[in-house]
Parts: sequence; structure tokens; C-alpha cells
Amino acid sequence: MNRRLVAGFLFSLLPALVTAGEYDLTVDRVDIDTGEFVKQGIGYNGASPGPVLRFKEGETVRINVTNNLDEVTSIHWHGLILPFEQDGVPGISFPGIRPGDTFTYEFPIVQAGTYWFHSHSGFQEPDGAYGAIVIEPEGREPFRYDREYVIQLTDKHPHSGDRIMRNLKMMPDYYNRQQQTVGEFFSDASEQGLLTTLRDRMAWGNMRMMKADVEDLQGFTGLINGKGPEQNWTGLFEAGERIRLRFINSSAMTYFDVRIPGLNMTVVQADGNNVQPVTVDEFRIGVAETYDVIVRPKDAEAYTIFAESMGRSGYARATLAPENGMEAPVPALREPSRLTMADMGGAHDRAHGDMAGMNHGDGDNSMPSDMSGMDHSGMAGMDHGAMARDQSAEGDPFYAKGSGLLPEAANGGKFLSYADLKAQKPLYENRAPTREIELRLTGNMERYTWSINGVKYEDADPIRLQYGERVRFKFVNETMMTHPMHLHGMWSILDVGAGEWNPVKHTVSVQPGTTVFMETEVDATGQWAFHCHLSYHAAAGMFRKVIVEGGPEGSGA
Amino acid sequence: MTRIQTITSTGALVLSLIPMAADAREMIADHTARKQPLTTWGIQFEELEYRYSDDDEEVGVWSADAFYGTDDLKFRWMSKGEYAIDEQAYEGLENQLVAQTPISAFFDAKAGMRFDTPEGPDRTYGVVGVTGLAPQWFEIDASLYVSDEGDASAELDAEYELLITNHWIIAATLDASVAFSEDRQIGVGKGLVSTETGVRLSYDLIDRAFSPYLGVVHERKYGDSADLAEAEGASAEDWFAVIGARIAF
Repeated sequence: MNRRLVAGFLFSLLPALVTAGEYDLTVDRVDIDTGEFVKQGIGYNGASPGPVLRFKEGETVRINVTNNLDEVTSIHWHGLILPFEQDGVPGISFPGIRPGDTFTYEFPIVQAGTYWFHSHSGFQEPDGAYGAIVIEPEGREPFRYDREYVIQLTDKHPHSGDRIMRNLKMMPDYYNRQQQTVGEFFSDASEQGLLTTLRDRMAWGNMRMMKADVEDLQGFTGLINGKGPEQNWTGLFEAGERIRLRFINSSAMTYFDVRIPGLNMTVVQADGNNVQPVTVDEFRIGVAETYDVIVRPKDAEAYTIFAESMGRSGYARATLAPENGMEAPVPALREPSRLTMADMGGAHDRAHGDMAGMNHGDGDNSMPSDMSGMDHSGMAGMDHGAMARDQSAEGDPFYAKGSGLLPEAANGGKFLSYADLKAQKPLYENRAPTREIELRLTGNMERYTWSINGVKYEDADPIRLQYGERVRFKFVNETMMTHPMHLHGMWSILDVGAGEWNPVKHTVSVQPGTTVFMETEVDATGQWAFHCHLSYHAAAGMFRKVIVEGGPEGSGA
Repeated sequence: MTRIQTITSTGALVLSLIPMAADAREMIADHTARKQPLTTWGIQFEELEYRYSDDDEEVGVWSADAFYGTDDLKFRWMSKGEYAIDEQAYEGLENQLVAQTPISAFFDAKAGMRFDTPEGPDRTYGVVGVTGLAPQWFEIDASLYVSDEGDASAELDAEYELLITNHWIIAATLDASVAFSEDRQIGVGKGLVSTETGVRLSYDLIDRAFSPYLGVVHERKYGDSADLAEAEGASAEDWFAVIGARIAF
């Protein structure tokens, strides 16, 4: 109750603050009540999520951040283009904000759209230190709406981030309660035949990988704007209105498949940048991504915003309704996803990669040869299941052909693909990249080590870029997990094959067994973080520092 | 060197005193925890149980392990004990301290010391071994020991978990030890010494932190080791019903 009053009070203050361009944020220990459990965490201005910061394109903002914790903190303005010292990554942008200190961020707002902010220190972000940013554009927007809501998703877990990391290191399947069981063996055997099932299990057993390895972290409660499914965050509307929903996925680890049964959604913005409108029934939002959609409920009834986790282990739920207290049915979770051999890509190639990473080059030879032997039988075993999905897989080039993660709309309708995203207006002139940098996304689930090109951040040299070049990044996902790759400070132009209309993003999801390209106009001097946005993958080493050398204000590292 | 250090420390001082006024374009070095190897720890009781044998012997048994370290180097303390409740005596008490480091994607090499201090003669061993996950999800721990008496032996532990559901789990274990020479004082004959086979049905009650179980354990001694046991009035083969809990924190 109190929190709502405080939030209301803050909202009423916001218009005044906007004109001033000055903001105060305190970083506090807070209680987070999901409706299923209450947990101590970290928040801003006494609540998690923190306030919605409303900026205006063209203004310069000053944000005073006071650290009331007993540990160093920081705020990273996710997706904002700003001087690197203002980017809020301790050890890269600045030293961090010590307990009791106030740090004043000051930077010009040079963009518009939906973004978010979060701590970049330890596991403060999974512990609750995040909030939303809404930037009003200078000019007119190419779409209309009557009202808007931020829909900020997260995966709140009863365990603290530190404990989760430790548990994952101790037992990588600690939180996985969707593993294949004896029962599933027999049901598969009756469907696909005993021999096929046996071969399939043997193939996965030889790789020592699990088909059920879709979500490292299960057991969370999905929150929307800080409210659990039972607390049911509700946004009001009048029939016939166009409502802009600003979806932000602030989860530590969870991808969500979002739908509003009874309404289709017109996607107008991705990662803060306008895209050519595309109408969908459902979309998958990667960790750290944002999507703005417009919905138009014609009837004065309640609609459920249903965000089901990609692995189907949990969900977030909210309601759009003409009045408070109304609600619509909450759909059941679909069957848990299972990876296929397609998601494994070249499984034995990966084994070599891993070995190199683990062994520092001097390893046991028996394993790779083992693997290649097994691989073939594995593929044969899998073919059956994989084939059925092939056709639909052609619809989404951003998933491996036959991928078990390939999303399908619950109502059989249109599911958004990266391939549907086209920039509304190109941000940069289209030109050929000056060079290509290959980044293999690597890891070892059994050791819970995550790396880039087989090297963890602790052992890695920075990636050096020259100011003014246009770099083509080639992500090759050699793991069985999806990685949302986030480059700070500069835009990621995702290659969807649309040339100058390629969408401009800040976070690019790379599905298992796939290769994804993005290009970056290197237009921001300084040093920047570049990492997988899954909290526990980044902490385990899937992280790099990028140094941009030269440029107008370059200090020459 | 000193001059550079002085300059940098002065720079850092100035920067920390007047952060906004100092050269704001300076690129700092990352000395945060993120840039350090991730250090982690864990404590597990794989077995913590009460055993009741087919000839009414009661035994308290644990098999525990605590580790601390990084991906590249971990220190592990392993402790195994068998306490005969009637005799109020340790039938077996074994502590190992090893360092382990990855040698392949799924296996670590380990080396260290083992201290056996049951009732009767003590032994100290040097140990080398490998531990990891074999194809088809067999957890393997293989060790080679050389005792302070100069006797060499080997031990293989294997475990396989079968998921009845995601909370009901059957764990099958096999421990086998082989001696390459005789050590009569501690009842070890040359050749296959003993096996311990167990099947335990557990239920994950609190996460994976507390999982009570019921099970059956079969212990057998072979060859000269069996004869030595029988000469002492002990049995060479025992069946146990076990009740206990797997604990991890």
C-alpha cells in the first residue's frame, strides 16, 4: 500500500523534474514482495523496480545517485548513447559509487524511446536494482497512441544473486527441474520407438549435455512492474483507445514469450528505435531487450498480458482492463521446450573448442574422437523429431533449422522474428564494413564456465576498435544456450538482410547453433563493456572490454 | 618505475578528490571482482546415513566434501567415516585433502594427501587421481594411493542418477578398491579388496539442499581381505538398509 503511495507521489513529481533535468536516485535496501515470497533486495528511491525516469530528447540530464548500501554500486543506462565515463560500469567507465557517496551523472539525451537502467555491480541487478527510462522524442512519432504503459518484466528469484551463482557453480543443474525423466523416456519410446529414443539419450549422454538445458535458473516468479501474477498489475484503458506498451525485459536470466490473448500487437519499436510496424500475435523478448507495441482493445473487457518463460518454467502476468479488479483468464503454461541436435550445431567442433579453452591446449584426445563417433548416431536418432519442425524453421532464420527453441504463437498466428524488424528510418548511412571480428560464444555447462572465443574475461585482452571504422561482428554460438549480447555505448545494427533498413539495437540475441552478424559504426571514443546480458553468464566470464581508440576527444589509451 | 607509480597514484588521488574536474577522458583499468577469477565454495554430504545390517549391526556413515577455489584450482577436503554404534568405534575414518585442476572438458586431475585414522593402525597416503563426468552421465572419481608403509592401492567411485521425476531420484553407487600389495595390519590383501554397492531413493525436499533418502547397501570383501576379516570375526559380506539425507549448502 505504502509503496503505491510513494510511487504515486514520485510520479506526480516527475513532470516538475523533467523541466529541471535534474534527478535524485537513492540506492536502498528494500523488501520485494512478489505475492509468493517476500525477499530483501536492492531498489531505487525505496522500491524495486525504481521509478520510471522520463527524459526528453535534446535535454541534458543530471542524475544524483546516492549509495545507501554498504557496498559499491553503479547505474548503467542501458541503451543510452553517452560519454563513456557516464556509462556506469565500475572498472571500465568509472570506479563505482562507494557506500555513502553521491555520484552525479550528467549527459545529453541524444535519442528517444524505451530503455532501462540497472546496477552494473555484482548481482545487484538480479537482486532488484533496475528501473525504466522513457525518452520523449523531439519530433513527432510515426505512430499514434492514446495512452502508454511501461511493462517491465523480471524473473525474481527467492535466492540472492550470490547464492544462485554459487549454486550454479556447485551443481549446474541446481535449478533445473525440467530434466528428462524415466517417464519421459517411456513416453518418447512409445512415440518414436525404443531404439530411436535410446540412441537419442545416448547421443546426448555422450555430449554430456541436456536437452532440457533451456533455462539455467528456474523457480523464479515473473514480475511485471514489480507485481507477481497474483498481485496482477493492471493498466486501465477505455475501449477503442490505442495503448502503447513499452515492454522491457529486466530479467537476470529469463527470455519471455509475450502475448495478450484476444489482441494482436503492432510492434513499432525495438530497443528504443522505431521499426516499420509489424503486427504479431506473440513475440519473444530477450534479456535486456525492449519492444514497444501498440494494442487497440475494441471492447470494454479485461485482457491478460501473459509472458511465459522460454523454457516454460514460469510466467509473468498483468491485466489491461477498463476498471480495476477486472481480470481475464490466465493461460496455462505450455510444455517445456527441449533442445534438439540442431541447437547443438557442430557438436564435436564445440568439444574441440571447449577442450582448448579448458586445457590450455594440452588435453586428453580421447574425448573429441569419442564425440565424433557419437555425433552421427545422435543425428540419426534426432532426425525424426527435427524433420517435423523443419518447415516452420524456414520461417525464422534466427534459429537453427530444427531448433527446439523455435517459437510458435499459442494461437497459431504470427510470431515475431528478428527477420521482421526493419528500421523505420536508417540511423546510419549504409556502407560496407571495414573489417569483421568473429566472436565465438563458448562455454561448458557442466563447469558453468562461459566465455568468448574460449577465453573468460579475467584472462582476456580488450577488443580494440578504431574510431570511424564500421565493424562487422560475427557471433557464432557454440553453446546450447541463447545469449543476449550487449555492446555498450554504440549501436548494434542487426543484419537481418535488409541492407540500410537493418534494425538498430543494443542487445542482440544469438540462438544456439546459429551465427548472427551485427555491424557497429564505431563512433564513441573510450572504453565500453560488451557482454552476454544473462547475469550469471556475464559473471562467469562471457564479457569483454572494448576500447575505441582515436576520435575527436580520444585520449589514446 | 617509482616515478610512474608516483604519477599514477597522484593521478588517482587527484581524480578521486575532484572527479569532475580531472581529465574525464582517462580510461581506468579494471580491478573489480569481475576481472578476478571467480572464487566459489560448497559443502556437500553425499551420504549422511544410518545403516542397519543383516546381522543387526548399526553403523553411522558419512561421505562429505567441501571445496574452495576457482575454475582453475580448487582445494577439496573429503571426509568419509563409518562409526559402529554398538562398539562406539570408527570402523573407518578417512580424510583427504586434494588440489584439483581441469585437464579436459569434463575431468579434473587431483593430488594430495589421505589420512586414515580408524580404530587400529593409522595410515597416511599420497593420492593422485582424476574426477569428473564420464559419457552417459557417470560421475567418476578414480584415485591411486601410496601409503606411508609403501603399499599402493587404487579406488574407483562411480555414481549414476536416475530421475524418476524431477524430485524423486534413484542414485546408484559403486565403490571398489584394489590393493597392489598386502597390508595385513589394516586387513588388506593383494588384489580386489572390497566393493560397496548402493541404491538410494531420494526426494529433494528443499531445493537440492536437503534430500532425505532410503536405500540398500551391499558391502563385500574379496580374496585375502575377506579371509583377514573373517579371521578377526567380522563378516566378509554385509547387506544394509540405510536411511539418511543428502545435504548441500
